[in-house]
Amino acid sequence: MCDMVIDAKGVYYKELNKRIRDAILRGKKTIDLININGQRYIADGINSGTVININGVPGQDLAAFMNGPTVIVNSNAQDGVGNTMNNGKVIIHGMAGDVLGYGMRGGKLHILGDVGYRVGIHMKSYKDQVPVIIVGGKAGDFFGEYMAGGVLILLNLNKDDPRPAVGDYFGTGMHGGAIYVRGVVDKHKLGAEVNIREIEEDDERILEECLKEYCDDLKLDYEDIMSAKFTKYIPVSRRPYGNLYAY
Amino acid sequence: MGFAAKGINRYPGKDISGCGLTGFISRKGERVSGEVIARSICNMNDRGNGLGAGFAAYGIYPDYKDLYAFHIMYDNNKALKETEEYIKKHLIVEHQEKMPTRHTKNITSHPIVRRYFARPKPDSEDLELSGIDKVREDDFIVHLVMHINSMIDSAYVFSSGKDMGAFKGVGLPGDIADFFSIEEYSGYLWTAHNRFPTNTPGWWGGAHPFTLLDWSIVHNGEISSYGINMRYLEMFGYKCTLLTDTEVVAYLLDLLIRRHRLSYKVASMVIAAPFWKDIARMNGNEKKMLTALRMVYGGGLLNGPFAIIFAHTRGMVGLNDRIKLRPLIVATKGDFVYMASEESAIREICPAPERVWAPKAGEPVIAELYKDNPHADKSA
Repeated sequence: MCDMVIDAKGVYYKELNKRIRDAILRGKKTIDLININGQRYIADGINSGTVININGVPGQDLAAFMNGPTVIVNSNAQDGVGNTMNNGKVIIHGMAGDVLGYGMRGGKLHILGDVGYRVGIHMKSYKDQVPVIIVGGKAGDFFGEYMAGGVLILLNLNKDDPRPAVGDYFGTGMHGGAIYVRGVVDKHKLGAEVNIREIEEDDERILEECLKEYCDDLKLDYEDIMSAKFTKYIPVSRRPYGNLYAY
Repeated sequence: MGFAAKGINRYPGKDISGCGLTGFISRKGERVSGEVIARSICNMNDRGNGLGAGFAAYGIYPDYKDLYAFHIMYDNNKALKETEEYIKKHLIVEHQEKMPTRHTKNITSHPIVRRYFARPKPDSEDLELSGIDKVREDDFIVHLVMHINSMIDSAYVFSSGKDMGAFKGVGLPGDIADFFSIEEYSGYLWTAHNRFPTNTPGWWGGAHPFTLLDWSIVHNGEISSYGINMRYLEMFGYKCTLLTDTEVVAYLLDLLIRRHRLSYKVASMVIAAPFWKDIARMNGNEKKMLTALRMVYGGGLLNGPFAIIFAHTRGMVGLNDRIKLRPLIVATKGDFVYMASEESAIREICPAPERVWAPKAGEPVIAELYKDNPHADKSA
């Protein structure tokens, strides 16, 4: 059910985003965008709980500074999704590009497929503001670099794709939060600031809560996902560079 | 413009940019109107700022396909006269004409643009005198291009390959497409660029693509190693005159692939070489080869963020820097291969690709004409 359809064919992003904001102001709860192709800044900085369905590939910086809406992308997304996002959820039924969830401080990003480089860089959390990124496919280099808080989950579900689950410099400079990987990351890929841990009871609870919602959103089988072993990656120190310039 | 004083590189350096690039090839060699590539690059208008755009096209001059097609820009008539005298002294010009251009709203001033279809004079003394050890026809053309760019004031060669050409200038992609009537040309391979120059000037000669012979390159990023690369290339007779870093990539490819006969894959391993820490983890011949390449071609390593598409008569190659500091997406449909900064630029002209992926950092994506295509066996 949707309250409103906006046809974005040939519509420049400024005009499109104005129409979306106008619709929200007029009280529309669910908005379908059709014929999207590359329009930037969709749902950026929006505070309401609106549901925005995107048909087509949205442009850079989708859901940046977003603070409430649920955005459903029925295709791939490009770079910079969820930049400094504060609340709400983005569900992507395809791949996402580089710099996903940069500096994210709340809300959820649920991606079905692969993601690019620099995912979850400098995510952070405060009290009940805990951002969560879940990736169904594989990820590139710098996954969780300088991570300061929140939860990053990498599932590597595509068994037919022989490439490794994640690239180099995994968690380099990490000093908060937790990364969960379905499988094990080769030691040489880990940043010096990351330790590998077995999954414990608290972790199981976090995984269950996060992944049940993820499976619901993307119509995946929870038991199937949980049938493989997970590993956890946490920072060695909360302040890895504290003494860098001290001597 | 004319501010580019010959022999003095006033902007010895760099070009940080958020540029956009796109390209496609029909591997069967089917020729497609330039209208298609123009639509693709215009989808990414916001990656540029109106200070440069351009197109490279292959297969556009079937009537002159065995002649070198020179696209040349001049800032004034003196440069035109001097260059034409120089060209005619060294080449047989079979046909020459004004480049067909249109008046467009946003392009209020532009240089003189001409094209020439020419071949070297047989048994020319110039071939001997050109100062190149082992003279080949294409080396002679390179020598000519370097001479015009570095010695003739206010004249710059846009392109110099056979059955291909570069169309570029200052404007947004749509302006440049209109100005050159890009939709009138049909090619089996097209690339396009949308420029956002930040610390080198936006001028007609500095727009992408950069070309030499049939090499063309469009680039998003910044070649931090420009100084090292430029000095390395100077040892082989290449002169960097176009005030921007991307030029070195075109000359590097010419050196590595045409003159040193490296494969595209190996040339990519030179310009985006694996880190020493990764080479240390390799074994046997792979380790030996990559160690040797880094040692022999240290001056050819490109440092800094980049996504490039380089094209030539037989195909095109997309490549990222080693830690993927600029985006590149690849898609296929039938015999067509597409590469672009953003997926939307591909979907604009191919709404339902069969496969879409983001290549790994430093790993080239090579798309070539099918082997039975008459263009496919031509040397670069």
